[in-house]
Amino acid sequence: MSDLTDLTFSQLQRALNEGATSSLEITTAYLDRISMLNSDLNVFITVTGENALLSAKNADIARSKGISGPFSGLPIAHKDIFCTNGVSTTCGSKMLANFVAPYDAHVVSQCNKAGLVSLGKLNMDEFAMGSSNENSFFGPVRNPWDSRRVPGGSSGGSAAAVAARLTPLATATDTGGSIRQPAALTGTSGLKPTYGRVSRFGMIAFASSLDQGGLIARTAEDIALGLGIIAGYDQRDSTSAEEPVPSYIDTINQKLSGLKIGLPKQFFDDRLNDSMRQVMDCVVTVFESFGASTVSISLDHVAESIPAYYVISSAEASSNLSRFDGVRFGYRANQPSDLTDLYERSRSEGFGREAKRRILMGTYALSEGYYDAYYKRAQQIRRLIKQDFDRAFEACDLLLGPTTPSTAFVLGEKSSDPVAMYLEDIYTVATNMAGLPGGSFQAPLIDGLPSGFQLTGPAFSEGRILSAAHQIQQATDWHTKHPERLRNV
Amino acid sequence: MYEAVIGLEVHVQLATLSKIFSSSSTSFGAEPNTQASLIDLGMPGILPVPNAKAFEMAVKFGLAIDAEIGKESVFDRKNYFYPDLPKGYQITQFDKPIVGRGKIDITLDDETTKCINITRAHLEEDAGKSIHDIFNGMTGVDLNRAGTPLLEIVSEPELRSAKEAVAYLKVIHSFIRYLDISDGNMAEGSMRCDCNVSIRPNGIDKLGTRTEIKNVNSFRFVEKAINSEINRQIEVLEDGGRIIQETRLYDPGRDETRSMRSKEEANDYRYFPDPDLLPVVIDDTFINACRVALPELPTARKARYVSDYGITNYDAGVLVADREVADYFADVADASGAGKLAANWVMGSVLAELKQSGKNISDFAISAPILAQLIRRIKDDTLNSKTAKIVFESLLAGEGMVDTIIETKRLAQMTDTGALQNIVDEIILNNPDQVTNYKTATADKKAKMLGFFVGQAMKKSQGKANPQAVNQILNSKLSS
Repeated sequence: MSDLTDLTFSQLQRALNEGATSSLEITTAYLDRISMLNSDLNVFITVTGENALLSAKNADIARSKGISGPFSGLPIAHKDIFCTNGVSTTCGSKMLANFVAPYDAHVVSQCNKAGLVSLGKLNMDEFAMGSSNENSFFGPVRNPWDSRRVPGGSSGGSAAAVAARLTPLATATDTGGSIRQPAALTGTSGLKPTYGRVSRFGMIAFASSLDQGGLIARTAEDIALGLGIIAGYDQRDSTSAEEPVPSYIDTINQKLSGLKIGLPKQFFDDRLNDSMRQVMDCVVTVFESFGASTVSISLDHVAESIPAYYVISSAEASSNLSRFDGVRFGYRANQPSDLTDLYERSRSEGFGREAKRRILMGTYALSEGYYDAYYKRAQQIRRLIKQDFDRAFEACDLLLGPTTPSTAFVLGEKSSDPVAMYLEDIYTVATNMAGLPGGSFQAPLIDGLPSGFQLTGPAFSEGRILSAAHQIQQATDWHTKHPERLRNV
Repeated sequence: MYEAVIGLEVHVQLATLSKIFSSSSTSFGAEPNTQASLIDLGMPGILPVPNAKAFEMAVKFGLAIDAEIGKESVFDRKNYFYPDLPKGYQITQFDKPIVGRGKIDITLDDETTKCINITRAHLEEDAGKSIHDIFNGMTGVDLNRAGTPLLEIVSEPELRSAKEAVAYLKVIHSFIRYLDISDGNMAEGSMRCDCNVSIRPNGIDKLGTRTEIKNVNSFRFVEKAINSEINRQIEVLEDGGRIIQETRLYDPGRDETRSMRSKEEANDYRYFPDPDLLPVVIDDTFINACRVALPELPTARKARYVSDYGITNYDAGVLVADREVADYFADVADASGAGKLAANWVMGSVLAELKQSGKNISDFAISAPILAQLIRRIKDDTLNSKTAKIVFESLLAGEGMVDTIIETKRLAQMTDTGALQNIVDEIILNNPDQVTNYKTATADKKAKMLGFFVGQAMKKSQGKANPQAVNQILNSKLSS
């Protein structure tokens, strides 16, 4: 048997069910690999080794008594935006460096209930604001394919952990592309579900109307298994959907024939570099060779989605981050002279540059006299984007395009130019603005670096997206590529 | 001379058992921070969950003031920093409130009614409390109140005097008590009032610059605060000054308002729709269910009391102001069969006693059936007004039931004509001069002089003589 960390989540599940291994063996193998690689990759902010070994042992006992669930004893790691009872939750920020929540996020408690073994908490851009994971108070995450390069963000830790095989499955969040973009840059599969599909309870808010919890794994099949665990209505989140959760794994083998794929022409314009274009041509050909038909689609307002997104997400963030005031929890300035000093210094010292930039932008956009010109206008654009998608899905079943304009960039390359960084999200934000599900899956490597294609579908079409991606993964080896430099570690 | 223009913003704490967005209890007076959940503390990642009961109460109020109900109302965030505001924003309703335009009638001193338009009423969460006097040099924060549901009722600036403002406030108070949506306890802050006040020269339409007096918490203070603010504004204008738009606080000790912050210092609240909460959709079924559950409101009850019990408009107005007093009166009137007497007793002795003891009618020592029994004894001439008062005092002191008290204190009226005639004869015999004077007096003076003889008879009978019977006997004996 090969190294346990080479197995996917569903392969591990099979091995456990067949009695070929134990949760303790699996957990130990991952913890060993984490201890070898984490100092280089900076993927985990917190490793919960002891707790993990304890839950693994309990899972093995339960399994031996025949009282365990289908996922009991399988490993997972959580983006450090999900609150974990008794374990530090930092959100990548100095503000919460010492914060320990007395509650579990809904996503975390669903995983715990299923018996998953949590390996720890994953690095991320501070408050999920960023596309490179350079905005973490705990330092940047390195791309396992090339440690000079970024893994993408904000779920850079989740994506890099899966790519480096430090966990087979990771939770992540996506506000404007934070699951899909890092998945594309690290050669992993990532799914942002429909807004409301996964409860936001206990998931620290960046932009509430756009934030959505999801997963990063090595295959679409693994995500199908994981989504079944975390999806579903939760009365503690008023925006969570009362839509029943289908069995994503039962429909995973749905064929591509008859599927109508829309190709948004705005995703194939000159922003796309030549090598990405060649990769996408290749992806489209594979879809067609398995019986899918393609049709050209126009999403007229995609160009406006970036500015509108940055107005809305920053506006919401400026308000969501107000609770970090040094009064009740989180970072508090030393010896404040009065209330204003307490606020000003706690927030100036506790937040990083990008968080402050977003708070300022958002505060400005909501200010008296500017509200109509920015926030209101952005909401109008948002409605137009939704209508674009509604029209598109009258003509096709799923939309296909690149996830990012290019492969992973070098650390520091875009960090001094926020607008260049924001354009990283050009193909992903429209999906969030419309609240739709979108997944990024491995496309062929470009010069030894991963690239991704993106599938977007109508609300609650996660099953269709995952089965389409699964067909591609059955037919190609794009998702099996692994950074050579980490193979013999 | 000047005319005052006044509009009120009334904050009513709704009597839900749990908070508007969390399941914490809303009861008053608990140990600090024992009624603050993760939601009330604004913990990271924690989301508000609306309490349907608050919507029901708001809709009932809307129906009571004949207002449009917002079929799709939206919660917004009002952003500002304060230690007792845990999230750094208050969840409130800005441009799509649950209750739209409505109106209520107020009764003025001259018994005429005036219709006051209500601009809107919206739901919001209350903040916590900052405690400045317990920790040396530090401020404590108590979040028990944070998240308590409030209904903010905003009137049009149609009130023209402090008296009208108080009349309006009393009607609002009586509505919320009738609807049972708030305890209306102003001392505990269940009902608070912001008063917007401006003045303008008589005959001028253009509104003057207004000031807002924040958080006034009694009817009396509302009246005094508005009057002192009107006077201050008149003085400023008379001195050639200019009114500044600002927020002011009323200091009851010095009976004056003082500046809190000016418009320039005011926060930009950066309102925007709260993305954690979906628009609240209220359908006709829900509205109809609320409508069916509406109790009889004060205006309707006032009219009914006038026709059912034969009492005056004024008396009915006083009696219906408080729902429990109105119920008590109706019970007394029904059981005694004497509406007018019941009204006099409830408005007189009962309300005076409540005012003096500071008690509510629900804690009043004399229950409605007992007061009814007392009134029956007046009606059947066992008691006169003087002896009835003695019985009332004894009932208050807990000295037993009506008839027992009458018996043990020997208070029953003398209605035995023989005994009364003896008393009258004795008085005539002992007061020959007065008798002579009476007999020679003119008719109009006679009526007045008769009072002397009646008084003597009452004294002689120790207050137990039936005054009407004495009158009759005296009349016949003196005219013979």
